[in-house]
Amino acid sequence: MPGGTLHIDWTLCDGRGLCTELLPELLDRDEWGYPLAVNGARDARSDVLVPAALTADARQAVALCPRAALRLLPPT
Amino acid sequence: MTQTIRTSVAGPSGSRRLFAARDSSLAAHLERFGPMPGDFDEGHLIAEVEGSGLAGRGGAGFPAWRKLMAASTASAAIASATSSPAARRLAKAGGPVVIANGAEGEPLSRKDETLLRAAPHLVLDGLLLAAATVRATEVFVYTTAASLPSVSKAIGERGDAAHVRLFQAPETFLSGEATAVVNAIGGGAAIPRDHIARMTSHGPSVGGLRGRPTLVQNVETLAHLALIARFGATWFRSIGRDGETGTRLVSVSGDVPSPLVFETEAGAPLSDTLLAAGVVPDQLRAVLVGGYHGAWVPSGELRRPLSRDSLAPFGAAPGAGILMALGTERCGLEASAEIATYLAGQSAKQCGPCANGLPRLADVLRRLAAREQTPWLPAEVERLALLVQGRGSCHHPDGTSRLVLSTLTVFAADVAQHLQGRCEVHA
Repeated sequence: MPGGTLHIDWTLCDGRGLCTELLPELLDRDEWGYPLAVNGARDARSDVLVPAALTADARQAVALCPRAALRLLPPT
Repeated sequence: MTQTIRTSVAGPSGSRRLFAARDSSLAAHLERFGPMPGDFDEGHLIAEVEGSGLAGRGGAGFPAWRKLMAASTASAAIASATSSPAARRLAKAGGPVVIANGAEGEPLSRKDETLLRAAPHLVLDGLLLAAATVRATEVFVYTTAASLPSVSKAIGERGDAAHVRLFQAPETFLSGEATAVVNAIGGGAAIPRDHIARMTSHGPSVGGLRGRPTLVQNVETLAHLALIARFGATWFRSIGRDGETGTRLVSVSGDVPSPLVFETEAGAPLSDTLLAAGVVPDQLRAVLVGGYHGAWVPSGELRRPLSRDSLAPFGAAPGAGILMALGTERCGLEASAEIATYLAGQSAKQCGPCANGLPRLADVLRRLAAREQTPWLPAEVERLALLVQGRGSCHHPDGTSRLVLSTLTVFAADVAQHLQGRCEVHA
């Protein structure tokens, strides 16, 4: 059950890593600290599918991202 | 769909269409193609473009009619919506924008420059037709300094294009990326930006120029549109092979007697175009198809058509019609490492995975090309190429990754040689 997609604006992200701590089920960090979608196709790495159960965590990640680089988009 | 809109002259026969006029003047243009259809139905033109199968010639190959349709729908929504505050805000932002994109940042491509020099009136016709279709209130030609004089001369020759504004594109690899084009014209740097919504659409997350529905079309796409508006979809499709329709411009470079731009039948075999450029396909090691963001096709496969279907197994596509020949005396790994180094340098450095990953990727590929005998190099090249995919606000990391992965596949035997300190080409 999808709860939407988490859009990463890479032009804003500077790899602080807060989102990866709040959403370890979805996001890992690469060797430079940038979020790396754990699952999903490579074309879903900027728009990460969020299961409904993780929607609250995703909202928190959006709210707490120090660079305001995340947006939670409704399911299409 | 098969009825033509209005023709006073017959459409060019054969594969010389865009370059059919005897010179670049308005007189030659009118004599060869007849006047631009003045009074036409927008829906009919979009249907005709759909029927033609015209795919964008800027690189992505997106169906031209769909962008036209999306911008036209957004335009109609703005025109009719006065009820909601959001619609009023949009209407206040201004009407739709159409931009002819001739930036051609790809160093191996010369077709847009050639087209703007040889047939600027076809491009202007296509631009004005697209602008009328989406009821644009602002119209631009965005191109490099070298092409501006021919466009400006052509505008001066006719009375219906005085409102077309010229904008000089910087000579960088990414300057022609659609969001970079909009950024540049909006007063910012010619670098891509993050976007969710398609730029042609309208709504809370509009990505177009200052929040307006914005149609960015490659100049060659617009020139074809000008011909389709005159001669119709059936004429357009009367040539084209292997699922491709019409003609396309192809830039041939690399190990050829001299770099050339051709108009060819879409879907023609790569070998035909190479022969026309004076190279024997058997004497090549491979051809890079699609430019620096493209993929290698090995010499044994050059009889394949320049079509989506036939090139898909190699990860290549017709794209902007770029062929770079690699002679048998040239090392594919060295050539690819050079390109990867260039591409790493052309990153706009806005997105972490691209800014960090591309230089690393280029560096490891260079070490492999230099025959450093470190067994993990190919695996590391592959890992980095896969790591950057899909992780940028534009497709620069994806295109770079495609080229590098194709290098590992097509030159796999040479990769093994290099790890032994040898090379298939260099003794």
